[in-house]
This record gives sequence, structure tokens and C-alpha cells, in this order.
Amino acid sequence: MIHQYKLNGYNIVIDTCSGSVHSVDDVAYDMIAMYESHTAEEIEAEILRRYGGRPDVNAAEVRECLDDIARLKAEGKLFSEDLQADMEGMAYEFKRSRQNIVKALCLHVAHTCNLNCEYCFASQGKYHGERAIMTAEVGRRAIDFLVENSGTRRNLEVDFFGGEPLMNWEVCKEIVAYARSIEKEKNKNFRFTLTTNGMLIDDDVIDFANREMHNVVLSLDGRKEIHDRLRRDYAGRGSYDVIVPKFQKLVAARGGRDYYMRGTFTHNNTDFTNDIFHMADLGFTELSMEPVVCAPDDPSALTEEDLPVLFEQYEILAKDMLRRKREGKPITFYHYMLDLKNGPCIYKRITGCGSGTEYMAVTPWGELYPCHQFVGDEKYSLGNIWDGVTHPEVQEPFKSCNAYARPECRDCWARLYCSGGCAANAYHATGSIGGVYDYGCRLFKKRIECAVMMQVAEEEEGL
Amino acid sequence: KRIKTMETRDLRKSAASGGCGECQTSCQSACKTSCGVANQKCENSN
Repeated sequence: MIHQYKLNGYNIVIDTCSGSVHSVDDVAYDMIAMYESHTAEEIEAEILRRYGGRPDVNAAEVRECLDDIARLKAEGKLFSEDLQADMEGMAYEFKRSRQNIVKALCLHVAHTCNLNCEYCFASQGKYHGERAIMTAEVGRRAIDFLVENSGTRRNLEVDFFGGEPLMNWEVCKEIVAYARSIEKEKNKNFRFTLTTNGMLIDDDVIDFANREMHNVVLSLDGRKEIHDRLRRDYAGRGSYDVIVPKFQKLVAARGGRDYYMRGTFTHNNTDFTNDIFHMADLGFTELSMEPVVCAPDDPSALTEEDLPVLFEQYEILAKDMLRRKREGKPITFYHYMLDLKNGPCIYKRITGCGSGTEYMAVTPWGELYPCHQFVGDEKYSLGNIWDGVTHPEVQEPFKSCNAYARPECRDCWARLYCSGGCAANAYHATGSIGGVYDYGCRLFKKRIECAVMMQVAEEEEGL
Repeated sequence: KRIKTMETRDLRKSAASGGCGECQTSCQSACKTSCGVANQKCENSN
């Protein structure tokens, strides 16, 4: 199947199953749209009727373009079909064949937080439970659990998460030291990440994080008035003035290693590109801004009326990023970071994010959940880091999560970009991990359209 | 003349890789809330 759209002066055709991307002129755009449902004679007649007044459009030209389309189809770059008739089965079998492989853990080192953000999915870091802190003993056992269950996987990922992980920083450092002490012997490569609100960043955190953390994710919502509206401490004070200088110092010392400024936009700032541009003005270049996911009756919740505004914002962002690149001052937006030449293989794309199978969250007391967004919902407890998965019936639906599991996804042009989407978002929006978070789908598709357009523009402009 | 094709990884042919699993888990990479499989890189794209 194909997807055609026009954006920023480009006519773009995406071939879903092969991943091919074509930039075409108006004539080819219309011919491709008609190709599968009309005869060559019908296409020629219609194109000559529409464009016959143009000097570059005649019967020979149209036939030449028809030949080009036929050649691309024969090469599997247009109107290509799924690799197998049963792609859902292929994804399930692939996951089943690796059912015991775990390659990433989200370590909840602190179920407590020094901020009281109104929109926090983790209920101010406590996940609807009591305040809790992970001990170094539990952390070391989590590392052992990961090594023991990672099979031949060499690259293993551990994210320090919370709550606020810097409220248990010494344990984070002990866990890293333990992992480093065994990685050579076990032939593993640990990639640590840290997700923080920044309040407790000091020189020790900067030095250690910039030495040991493969990536740091820094929570900043953009403009001061936007950030401080929802990200306050328990005394009601905004956190912007405290964290921005700390983030700037950390990033300046990071020496080009990966980091992401990670913001959340809500119904209160649907003009979120202004927050992204504000972060760029602060000197940050690696940016991620995510739509809030919360109950529909929450004042922060995005609405149907917000969608056209958000679509326009994504287009504004794409065009502005191209401008910045032309001017030699590029910024990165996580969701526009597509690598068309070296992107994920088909197995990764059909099996999705891996939550509940190759990716799990660990609570401060060592309980396992499918991912950080299920923590605190006890019916999703998978087991623990000592005994492993003791509730296979909870894990089974996650093995079945893939890009083809939902009927709505099987005919979606974006299925091999989103890979079935986020199970937690589906669950919170529909009550089932097998549901479809339609609002998120529409935003996702818009982002992919913008991201592909940017790739085409950069290629055509030689950026 | 009228169609420019970008250089892309052929997803159908990528099945030959067998899926090594060494790539980054998407949710760990930046946002922690909306899956970004498409935004990942392959670590064995040869």
C-alpha cells in the first residue's frame, strides 16, 4: 500500500511495506493515485485532460511516466505488499522465539519526588502507593536479573527513573559501579540513562552522569510561565529558575554526548513550538516535546478542537527546523529523527516497543511490571527480580502486542513507523492494551509526514 | 523525470538480518511516553 500527501511544496509518496519514499511532481502524483484502479488508457486520457495545456505534458510523456511507475512497482518500491500474508503471526512467532530475553530495565530507584507536578502520570512519583527507595542490594539483583535473562544480547539498557532518581543518587552510582564490575566478564555493554527533573543536579551529578550515562533526559516544559504552571514544588514554587542553569551547566559539560530536553505540552500550551524554540534559545539543541496523556476530564487534557492547532504546530516546527539547518544552527526534535537508510529492521518494526517482554520496569522493592507506566496497577505485576516472571498470564497479552495485532492497524500506512504504538497509552485511553489510542495515532501520523518531508527537503536542498 | 526516489533501507529485504535485537529499546531513548520505534537506528544495518 502507499500513502500520498502534499506538504511544504513537496508531493510525497510513501510505500508502506518497503519503506520507500518518493518525491514526485503533480503529474506523477495524480498518476500514482490512479494507477491501481484505472487502465493505462484511462490514466493517459485523464492526465491529458488535467494537464494537457502544459508544454511538458503530452501522450509520450505520460506513457514514459507510466513506465517509470511500472518499473518501481516491479522493483518492489511502489504498491509493495506485506512480506507474509500473516504478519501478525510472524510478529508473534518472532517474540515467542525470544520469550525469555530481557534487554532493558527501567529502574524505579525512588518512588518519591521533590516536585508536585499536576500532570504526573506517576502520581507525584509514588505511583499511587507509599514513598519508597530502592536499596543497592535490590539494584544489584536487578542488574543480575538482566544479565541472567539477556541471552546472547550484548547491549543492555538501564534507565534510572522515578519519581526523582537523584533523591537516591548514591544507590544509582553503586548500581552503575556494580554493573561496570561485571560487564567485561559477562560480555555485556551497559548503557545507562538518567531521567531527572534537575532539582538536585550538582557538580557530582554532572561529573558522574557525563562519564557514565549514555543519555540523560532532562524535564523542561519550555517557557518559564508554561513550565512553572504545572511543575512546582510542594510549596507551590515553580522550578524553572532552579533547573535551567543546572541543565545548561550539565549539557555544556557533556561534550556532545546524548541528551534530550524532554517537555510535555498540554491543552494550556497548544502553541508548543514556542516552547521548543525557547529551549533552543536557551542553548539546548536535542529536544523532545510530548503530548500529555491523562484522563479526558483533566483540565490539561488535549481536546478534539486542539488537533488542527497541533497539526499546524508540527508543520511550523518542521519548516523552522529546515530554516535553522540552512542557517547552520540545526536543532533535533526526537520524533523528526528518521534514519531512512539505517532505520530499524522489519522485526523491530513489527514487534514494537518490547514492553512486558524485552523491556520491564522494576519497583524499589524489586517487583516487575511491563513498563514504567503500568507500575502501581497491581493486576499488571509480572513477578519479581528474584523469581522472574511468575505471572505468565499477565505477560501473554504483551507478547501478542505488535504492529498487526489490532484490526485498525493492518491497513494503516504508518504501521511500520509506529509499530503498534504505546501499550500503556492504549490501556489508559481504552482500558485495553489491545485498544487503539486514536488521538495519539493522528498526532503520530502527522509527525511522520513532517519527518519524511524534512528528509525529502534536506535531500533536494543538499542540506 | 517526474519521480525522485530517496535512498532507503528496504524493509522487506531487512528480514534477511534475522533481527539481532542489539538496537536500543525505543521507550528508553527520549520521551518515555510515546513509542518511537521509527526514530531508532539499527546497529547492524549492513
